[in-house]
Amino acid sequence: MAVTTYSGAEQYNFDIVKKFAVMSLVWAVIGMFVGVYIASELAWPFLNFDSPYFSFGRFRPVHTTSVIFGFGGSALFATSYYVVQRTCQTRLISDGMASFTFWGWMAIIVLADISYVLGYTQSREYAEMEWPIDLLIEVVWVTYLILFVGTIMRRKQPHIYVANWFYLAFILATALLHTFNNLAMPIDLFSMKSYSLFAGTQDAMTQWWYGHNAVGFFLTAAFLGMMYYFVPKQAGRPIYSYRLSIVHFWALGFMYMWVGAHHLHWTALPDWTSSLAAAFSILLLMPSWGGMINGIMTLSGAWDKLRTDPVMRFMIVALSFYGMSTFEGPMMSLKEVNALSHYTDWTIGHVHSGALGWVAMISFGSLYHMIPKLWDTKMYSQKLVEWHFWLATIGIVLYIVAMWISGITQGLMWRSFDEFGNLQYSFAESVAAMMPFYAMRAIGGMFFLTGAVLMLFNALMTIRQAKQENAVLEAKLAAKLARA
Amino acid sequence: MEWLMWFSKPENTKPVALIIFFVTFVSILLYVYGNKKRSKRLETYRDIPFLDEQQGGKGLGDQKDTKDKQ
Repeated sequence: MAVTTYSGAEQYNFDIVKKFAVMSLVWAVIGMFVGVYIASELAWPFLNFDSPYFSFGRFRPVHTTSVIFGFGGSALFATSYYVVQRTCQTRLISDGMASFTFWGWMAIIVLADISYVLGYTQSREYAEMEWPIDLLIEVVWVTYLILFVGTIMRRKQPHIYVANWFYLAFILATALLHTFNNLAMPIDLFSMKSYSLFAGTQDAMTQWWYGHNAVGFFLTAAFLGMMYYFVPKQAGRPIYSYRLSIVHFWALGFMYMWVGAHHLHWTALPDWTSSLAAAFSILLLMPSWGGMINGIMTLSGAWDKLRTDPVMRFMIVALSFYGMSTFEGPMMSLKEVNALSHYTDWTIGHVHSGALGWVAMISFGSLYHMIPKLWDTKMYSQKLVEWHFWLATIGIVLYIVAMWISGITQGLMWRSFDEFGNLQYSFAESVAAMMPFYAMRAIGGMFFLTGAVLMLFNALMTIRQAKQENAVLEAKLAAKLARA
Repeated sequence: MEWLMWFSKPENTKPVALIIFFVTFVSILLYVYGNKKRSKRLETYRDIPFLDEQQGGKGLGDQKDTKDKQ
């Protein structure tokens, strides 16, 4: 059942899927390299070279933008275009619009990264791009929305498969979030600098309404769309329960919108607001785990695939990390836990257990499934897929364990008092205590980056192999025709 | 327009919101799980990802149910 019987080259627009799939891997390598570099800067500060262009502050948004929007975003464009065409059994409504989203999106990431290195930033987390780039995002995103909805509207399949619901929720929510979070006034028409329309606590509230929903809809709902298509396809069996996926969709979509304020516990934000966010965060555990169980149980009766199929392993480990980080998140949203964890490296560890464990692993699994089908061949090397899996898994474990230890140590050191009621440790002492864990984190990142480099190499060799196979086939066909 | 002020008080809007959300959630659950025929129809949609691999493009009704549980 898992064998494609035709390439669908004429029926579907796979050219755009191929472009986004390859660029997704390119951005993964670039973004993760910058991530490893800034992690190394913290462990070995000489890497700052006393230059603003190499500083952590400028490189950090280059890392987050390249991995979230470059790697994750491109993987979502690729898989959403692939899934919507195959499950609606129709071609994208416009090749031109699809091409525009590709070049537009690539331009956005490149311009954003360059602008950060030059020192331009809105200082809004995961939305550091200044206003001209924000406008470009708006145009590209609306085009994406029209293209996706238009394709669904001309579907041949009467029912809209649940993966498309998740993708559509992600596109709609991101449009809303991006628009309202970036309401700003430029200081001049020809200046990159702008100021937010919101001030003080309201600005912080808007920022975290965006920030957490970027996690909820960009990094969760969209990748769940990926999961609902690629896990069943790779397992060769349908999703465990379609009804559970419906409840999962509505409960997750409804609850995520409320939880952003849990990032602002113990601040000037009214107490009831962050308490409400904490309550919804706890409730969110149920749909999150419902979805995780739905994905993992899809393999029920075929668990042996985990021994033999590294791609399946990527997906199941991704779901396991999804379950783990969606338990950790609600726990950290509790005010008492947050008092210890907030502003420490524990948060960084939590984000990366979701970003590396869930987002990256499910993307790798889906791309490994999709790439051979797109180029109508087999992966160049299964051994390299195996290697990638273990490098990535070891890398994640090193990373999050290092951040757990350093985060909890930081939290405990900052709240220690001596017998006179003075702080027991200076901030510099807590920084010094972090050094071994920063090195451990950087090494974890290096493992993960090496895995991504192997995948890019494997994918490029797969494409090369497909081209060679095609050339041989065409030569044989030509010889046959000449003989006839 | 005085009646609109009623909505500005959290002690009024909180229970209203609770009722709306609770009723909506229960309605979704009832819709999804409350009717055997509908449940069966909803579960047939699981096979959509596999449809475009069928030679000749069989419809949903022609699909062999591959579900091995539930």
